[in-house]
Amino acid sequence: MLLKQKIAVGLLLGALGASAASAQSLVYCSEGSPEGFDPALYTAGTTFDASSHPIYNRLTEFKVGTTEVIPALAESWEVSEDGMTVTFNLRQGVKFHSNDMFTPSRDFNADDVIFTFNRQKDDDHPYNGVSGGTWEYFDGMSMPDLVDSIEKVDDYTVIFNLTRPEAPFVANMAMDFASVVSAEYGEAMLEAGTPEMLNQAPIGTGPFAFQAYQKDAVIRYLRNDDYWGDAAKVESLIFAITPDASVRYQKVQAGECHVMAYPNPADVQAMKDAEDVVVMEQEGLNVGYLAYNTTVAPYDNPNVRRALNMAIDKQAIIDVVFQGSGQIAKNPLPPTMWSYNDAIEDDAYDPEKAKEMLAAEGVQDLNMKIWAMPVQRPYNPNARRMAELMQEDFAKIGVTVEIVSYEWGEYLSRSRELDRDGAVLLGWTGDNGDPDNFLAVLLGCDGRENSNRAQWCHQPFEDLIQQAKVLPTQEERQPLYEQAQVIFKEQAPWATIAHSVVYMTMRPEVEGYIVHPLGGHIFNQVGLSQ
Amino acid sequence: MLNYVLRRLLTFVPTFIGVTLISFGFIRVLPGDPIIVMAGERGLTAERYAELEAQFGFDRPIYVQFWEYLTGVLQGDLGNSFVTKKPVWDEFFALFPATLELSLCAMVFAVVIGLPAGVIAAVNRGKFYDRALMSTALIGYSMPIFWWALLLIIVFSGNLQWTPVSGRIDLIYYFPDPTGFMLIDSLASGQKGAFASAVRHLVLPTIVLGTIPLAVIARQTRSAMLEVLGEDYIRTARAKGLGSGRINGVHALRNALIPVITVIGLSVGTLLAGAILTETIFSWPGIGKWMVDSIFRRDYPVVQGGLLLIAVAVMIVNLTVDMLYGVINPKIRKR
Repeated sequence: MLLKQKIAVGLLLGALGASAASAQSLVYCSEGSPEGFDPALYTAGTTFDASSHPIYNRLTEFKVGTTEVIPALAESWEVSEDGMTVTFNLRQGVKFHSNDMFTPSRDFNADDVIFTFNRQKDDDHPYNGVSGGTWEYFDGMSMPDLVDSIEKVDDYTVIFNLTRPEAPFVANMAMDFASVVSAEYGEAMLEAGTPEMLNQAPIGTGPFAFQAYQKDAVIRYLRNDDYWGDAAKVESLIFAITPDASVRYQKVQAGECHVMAYPNPADVQAMKDAEDVVVMEQEGLNVGYLAYNTTVAPYDNPNVRRALNMAIDKQAIIDVVFQGSGQIAKNPLPPTMWSYNDAIEDDAYDPEKAKEMLAAEGVQDLNMKIWAMPVQRPYNPNARRMAELMQEDFAKIGVTVEIVSYEWGEYLSRSRELDRDGAVLLGWTGDNGDPDNFLAVLLGCDGRENSNRAQWCHQPFEDLIQQAKVLPTQEERQPLYEQAQVIFKEQAPWATIAHSVVYMTMRPEVEGYIVHPLGGHIFNQVGLSQ
Repeated sequence: MLNYVLRRLLTFVPTFIGVTLISFGFIRVLPGDPIIVMAGERGLTAERYAELEAQFGFDRPIYVQFWEYLTGVLQGDLGNSFVTKKPVWDEFFALFPATLELSLCAMVFAVVIGLPAGVIAAVNRGKFYDRALMSTALIGYSMPIFWWALLLIIVFSGNLQWTPVSGRIDLIYYFPDPTGFMLIDSLASGQKGAFASAVRHLVLPTIVLGTIPLAVIARQTRSAMLEVLGEDYIRTARAKGLGSGRINGVHALRNALIPVITVIGLSVGTLLAGAILTETIFSWPGIGKWMVDSIFRRDYPVVQGGLLLIAVAVMIVNLTVDMLYGVINPKIRKR
């Protein structure tokens, strides 16, 4: 933005700023800076918190606090009988925000939907290469292969022609990368020679309009009074970027923030005991696991894998590594996911039996490597410590463990190799609340040498998840996924370790905050008591 | 003097080329592929990897990449961040004023307290003040920054509520920031209370960042002063009957300043490049944290461009220090 423009905007908004932290301003202490404000370009949750949730809408959305897909910019949708076309009926009267460079001349319509997806799909689209044009989620969800074409039937009807039936497609449309941007704004910025403004000065249809961003410090939003849905309860929303968790907590206590994300696990108990803060919790939609390389002996033998699983004292891991902020995982799906098979019994912690099972399989003096991630993740806050605990556990059954680690990029890269030596600690956080997003991505045959770190391809399991993927209703899909989890447990390509618990800390005057299982921080429905 | 400055400026050229080469090479020597890091746990197909490799230019020989980078640098183009997609130049100048403002305040704090403390300690050598001041300086020097910062926050922001916990200004203030220096912009905004808020926000980070330089300056001043105080001309001055204030303040301190200024110059360079912990704890939007985040993300353009710009800033500080030597000691500028 030119200096002159910057000052003009500043002066205009300066007057509003006086009330920015009034009783009707909600201040959220966020953990980091957004990479940008066009969610389709990025993959980080911090970016989505600052962009897709407040500023944009999608055709479908996840009901806050659940993984249920509900209508949003599409009022309804129909999937054809063969599952090859999905027709979205769009909402009328939806207004885009405006800023000092752009005032929309029309409401949201089918052109915006087509613009949103074609810029990600079509290499020749003028916006395809803008701002670096790496559409990671669109590519990661296989959308270029899945979506054959997008047709505008009329201003308020859009048809997606697919190359194959794909049940999770409607849920994919609720993901952050599918946030609908304004085609008209895109054209205006292209004409002005500043297409990158789509990412830097975002225009959406969401409950809050972007006001300003001071890099690494503050993001400001104003309530969208023309919002098509329930209007936000606060007049303005402010993200105070505060990277250190202890400082975030101090700010909440001092009244400088209303809500904070990601408290230190070690502080959670003290927070629960404190009178002036409220702590909310929810199981995260994630799983942390140890993936054996199922293509290498003796780990190609399910009995050996199960024996090793029985030697792991998961409760000790929850206590030491998660400091209580986690729960034991028995399935590859988290318990908040539909089709989670609660009837499955976890392998009991039984070192003696594990030893016997290994002996029965003729495995003696086994030396193995466990790979410990060098980074912290919600599903594994301290991989090194976790590996050390497993090392002790395996020593009890006569298995010697060497712990190895690499720089994160190297770790991700080397752990994909088919002949990898050792079992890998890793995990996954769900994208769209669909079981396919865990079972197919992490355990499907196509994921080998990539996101399937166990390099596991078991045909009965594969058949079930492929069948489930193309069935139209949740009721029809659910039994297949439940059965797939039974097979998973028998075959044990992983030791499932833990699902994290997500904590949110806030001041008592915050009303209506809901912890979202998909991990986002959403403030549309949040108010402040006087 | 002009000749001296020009000669010093000429030495910038090989340093600049060296830094360009090192900053380009440094990040590439580290293990870890930026494309793999970007894809995360999800991973990506070989085809997609090849596409991105071509897009980022990694498929070309390294010398071609370096040549393009160098020609870009000479034209003032440092490239765009892989992560934010914004020009490195814009990002640096959005953040650098915050780092510079904090570093300067920390240096002023360190000099204003450290210099007199060193003089007092030297003059009272072996006595109570000397021991008390030097012990305090040692504690200050040895204190872990992270712990010191949290301690100050808990006491002054949490318990006493005298200072804000973090940030640069209260969130109620919102005004244009043409200079990026909060003290100047808050004054220029004319908003009541804005400047006072900016000052209050500076207090704790200034103390935390200034603590180590303060300790170093105090100890350096003390030892330089002790050396000078033993010189013949000081004894002569005393014999002449000059007052101790004039002897210490003019004859001794001025001559003791050369090593002290060297230390100050080096400290400013360190502060510009390495206020990472202070910036992180106080949510201070500066370049330290920006650089470290970029190294973890293998954001090549930011790391190489940021290193280059920081190096230039440090070179400018060193040049200023060299010029100050000349001001203090005429013998140096005549050399």
